[in-house]
Amino acid sequence: MTASLQHPGYDPERLLCVAEKMPCRVSQAGTLLSLMGERLQISSMNEFYPSIFLYGHRSTGKSHVINTLLMDLELPHATVSCVECVSVGLMFERVLLALFGPDTSTLLPRSPSLSDFVRIYRQQAPLSPANQTRYIVIEKAELLRDMDSNLLPVLVRLQELVDDNVTVILLSEIVWDRFRPNTGCFEPLILYFPDYSKGDLQQILSQDIHPSYSPELYSAFINILLGVFYSVCRDLRELRHLAALNFSKFCEPLKEGKGRIDTHKLWRNIEPHLKKAMQTVYLRDVSSVQWEQQLQQTEEKECAALKGLSAHAHVELPYYSKFLLIAAYLASYNPARTDRRFFLKHHGKIKKTNFLKKHEKTSNHLLGPKPFPLDRLLAIFYSVVDSRVAPSASVFSQISSLVTLQLLTQLGHDDQLDAPKYKCAVALDFIRAISRTVNFDIVKYLYDFL
Amino acid sequence: GCDGGEDSSLRYTLCKKLWDTIKEETESLQDELNRQILEGLLHFIKRCCSGPRHTAGPWEARMRASEIPTAALVLGVNVPDHDMTFQSLCELLQQSVTPHVACLQAKECGALKSLMRKVLERLVGSAAEDEEEGDTHPHPKGAHCTLATLCEWYETKSKKSSTPGKKRSSEEEPARPPIVIIFKDLEAFNPRVLQDFILICSRYVEQLPLILVFGIATSPSTIQQVLPHSVSSLLCIELFQSLSCTQHLSTVMDKLILTHYFPFKPNAKVLQVLVSIFLYHDFSVRNFIKGLKLALLEHYLNQPLSVLCCEKKEEVELNTTQLSHRGLESVRQLASFRRYVEQQQPQEQVALLTSDQHMKETCKKLLKDLYKYHKNYYPVLRCLHALTCSLPRVPLGKQIRELHITCLEGNVWEREEYRSAMQLLSRHYLSKLMHIKILCPHQVANNDSFTFIYYHYFLNVYKKLTLIKNIFDNERCSCFVSPEAKPETAANEGMTSPAKSMEKKTDLFQLQKTLLEMKETRRTKKLSGFEILRNEALDFIDALVRSHLVPPETQPLHEVCYYSSSALLRRHLNATPRTSIQTALSSPYHYLQNDALLTEDGGVSNAAPDLCIVHKLHLECGRLINLYDWLEAYATVVSAAEGKDPESEEYGKVDELKHARFIQAVSELQFLGFIKSTKQKTDHVARLTWGGC
Repeated sequence: MTASLQHPGYDPERLLCVAEKMPCRVSQAGTLLSLMGERLQISSMNEFYPSIFLYGHRSTGKSHVINTLLMDLELPHATVSCVECVSVGLMFERVLLALFGPDTSTLLPRSPSLSDFVRIYRQQAPLSPANQTRYIVIEKAELLRDMDSNLLPVLVRLQELVDDNVTVILLSEIVWDRFRPNTGCFEPLILYFPDYSKGDLQQILSQDIHPSYSPELYSAFINILLGVFYSVCRDLRELRHLAALNFSKFCEPLKEGKGRIDTHKLWRNIEPHLKKAMQTVYLRDVSSVQWEQQLQQTEEKECAALKGLSAHAHVELPYYSKFLLIAAYLASYNPARTDRRFFLKHHGKIKKTNFLKKHEKTSNHLLGPKPFPLDRLLAIFYSVVDSRVAPSASVFSQISSLVTLQLLTQLGHDDQLDAPKYKCAVALDFIRAISRTVNFDIVKYLYDFL
Repeated sequence: GCDGGEDSSLRYTLCKKLWDTIKEETESLQDELNRQILEGLLHFIKRCCSGPRHTAGPWEARMRASEIPTAALVLGVNVPDHDMTFQSLCELLQQSVTPHVACLQAKECGALKSLMRKVLERLVGSAAEDEEEGDTHPHPKGAHCTLATLCEWYETKSKKSSTPGKKRSSEEEPARPPIVIIFKDLEAFNPRVLQDFILICSRYVEQLPLILVFGIATSPSTIQQVLPHSVSSLLCIELFQSLSCTQHLSTVMDKLILTHYFPFKPNAKVLQVLVSIFLYHDFSVRNFIKGLKLALLEHYLNQPLSVLCCEKKEEVELNTTQLSHRGLESVRQLASFRRYVEQQQPQEQVALLTSDQHMKETCKKLLKDLYKYHKNYYPVLRCLHALTCSLPRVPLGKQIRELHITCLEGNVWEREEYRSAMQLLSRHYLSKLMHIKILCPHQVANNDSFTFIYYHYFLNVYKKLTLIKNIFDNERCSCFVSPEAKPETAANEGMTSPAKSMEKKTDLFQLQKTLLEMKETRRTKKLSGFEILRNEALDFIDALVRSHLVPPETQPLHEVCYYSSSALLRRHLNATPRTSIQTALSSPYHYLQNDALLTEDGGVSNAAPDLCIVHKLHLECGRLINLYDWLEAYATVVSAAEGKDPESEEYGKVDELKHARFIQAVSELQFLGFIKSTKQKTDHVARLTWGGC
């Protein structure tokens, strides 16, 4: 550890203890601490910055650092996560509860407004005077943007409004530029948490030593793990999870008592498993429990590959639903002008080059599905399906059930009178599989493959 | 049912009884089919609540990211059927694992807030009812619906249950029963809401033993479509696949239709309608059973002779004896009965037509014959299906229901498919025979091994035959064992067919004997021996088919059991609202039955309702309709209807009344979805239907 945590206001031993809890994040913690200022300061107003904005990727230690600091240094604080706050009122309630005790939150009226919150805060703050700064930590702050438009501007300068020694700390995965409202607002102090480097990761992960194995062995294992996964995943949480899942397999030769085995051999043993884990567990195609079970029984049936979620892509549909889906696909990927050519008996020859406008010459499959009206879907459906179908209610209800199954998407509002428009939401492979089951050669009807 | 009161009430009770039996049967069947998947799920949940966190070592427990155990339940696209599965799942869970189960449907959870509220309502609300002390848990309201509230509630709850004073009903119940949250239709949930909910859940998974269950209609890969990696990495998903709905249907048909236990039978067309609705439209077994119920109701309602369609033989006899004169007359009217009479001796004919007593006796006999026919029909059907279902290109259909429908439609042995199937059966064996012939020259030298192969092959054939025979025998045995089959019936009437088959069976036995003899003698001329066997076997099957798989229409009094109005069923089950509206508008006579509306050319008469006239006029327009022109045309038509002189000044003039009527008709048309207002031109409306110019 190059830089140790230092601050005049705190006991250095305590700081050392805190610093140990956050490896590779000492410099950020130091900056934060100096921003927070002296602990026991009889403060004059506005000495502390009203808001701090921390950002960085997932699992770069933002919440960990701030929470460790606040908890271990015993500072008054409230932590809320924006995901949980389905309403603003909930957030206010949480903050008041954490700062001033359980009684205060009941003072809030039903569906409280910002001014209610400020009012009660101002009432309560003098009742429980603190000689320290209060902190409000807001996690996943990017969700604030979807809440009331005045919430974010107020929070970043809450100090002025409530007339109290309070600092709001916003945590987010995206940059502040994306937050700035149109009308502009107070700029918080911005602090960036960079990604952990490979060395950092190695250092952090190596700390989770398995009690019954030596630290060197575990560190070697982490080295191998990072060698395989570092190129695709730098998420500490995921890596730690993967390490936990695969360590027992790594140790298997040792357990079997083959004496001293060098790391190279262990590497040879574990590497294929890690590769496989990258394709399955990491993508959550296979759940971790299944993976563990698989690891336990690999000896018996090596080749019995685990079937992940994506292996079950087949969908059984009623006969007409299949044709409706095929018709929707055709309507989505063929230009409407070409319908005559595909579905009329005596269409004559239409040359591809002269026939189309310029923009239609690019592959429709590259551009993605286009919306089409219900009428066109039904017209194609009737010409595609081989028997006469009465336009019964169940044909129409099948369209809406395809929408609920998310195989079609409905665009715009759901006013049926207003000629609803749909898009087909399935891939080419899927529709080919479907049309194969009904003996329909879809490729012959697709303009892109002409 | 235009018959007497007591008759129809009897029919009603019969119908109700039969339906209750069918319902019971299907429900038990459903439970049976769901058992496997539900048990798997139950096991999963039990395992989860004992938890990997507790089983694994402390190191693993600390290291493992806390995932929420999740079961992905793939149920197929027949969404209407799912309710029952989820209901039994809920019941099972509440009985054996945990009282905390919340079932969620997408349509009640549009936003995260409502989702939360529903979860809390279901969990806390149900528990409050259980305890009968609802005041201790005030109903969660508004902003207080959070998982934190749930956490508190759960803590107090588990504390309470762990105190010795309050003993739980079952001792095995874990101290911390899991909280199961079931998402009935994952696809329909708003992905955003679901993601947020899972994120929140993952924050509480340490304190609350949460388990999620996803009901999936399409395929498990939708999970990956709905949830991004950052969210799905919080879940530990295990997959459960349910039986496909076509298999489900086959089982249901097996139990309900391909059996002689239920006297009510749909005929070929009705069955076709029901099956095609299933296959073409909805894949829903529940709807299939509903259709069957409708057919049943219609049958008992409209067929006066359905009094004779009872489950028990005694009932049939009783009801036949109690048949009134009118009832007997209606029996005499039956086409199948008249055909039967015509085949009788003249004396017998007279007796049948005049003596009610004699008539009743004959009816009893005929109904018994019908019963016997059914008893023989299904085993033979299964036998034939077992033989032909593995043939190349399956000429007689892969599913037994297809074969059944073919048999119901007409004489199956006259069909091309049957002939080709039989040919295939013979050639199928023949090809192997050829194979042996090719092998012959090589094998002649070593006679021993030749016979060895031969013998094996023969044994194979024999095995196949015994297999068939076994199927047949089993079916027959079950028939005999069944409580309805009275011993004397089996002895007296049932004699003919079993006797025949017995005779055949002994034939086969002898064949095997000859086979053994042949093996001993080791003669080279064994091919013909095989051919004999094969032909005998095929002839035997053919004879069985010809004697037992005759269509039911040939049986006298088949109308008692068979429901035949498929058109009615189709109209009720597969409604065509668009066609009905079209019919109503273009030929109002069809519904109103007013003679004034009759026109010879099928057009709309002047006297038709305003709506019809307006509709007719709008058909002549293009995509955009000028309202004023339309009004003028309408006024002209209406004036003609009023009988005004075409030359007069008043003719075709728009007065206030006509104007109002026109506006009303147009707005009705808009209500029906034929037109809508458009912004392209202010005094125009747009057509929403096809046709026109």
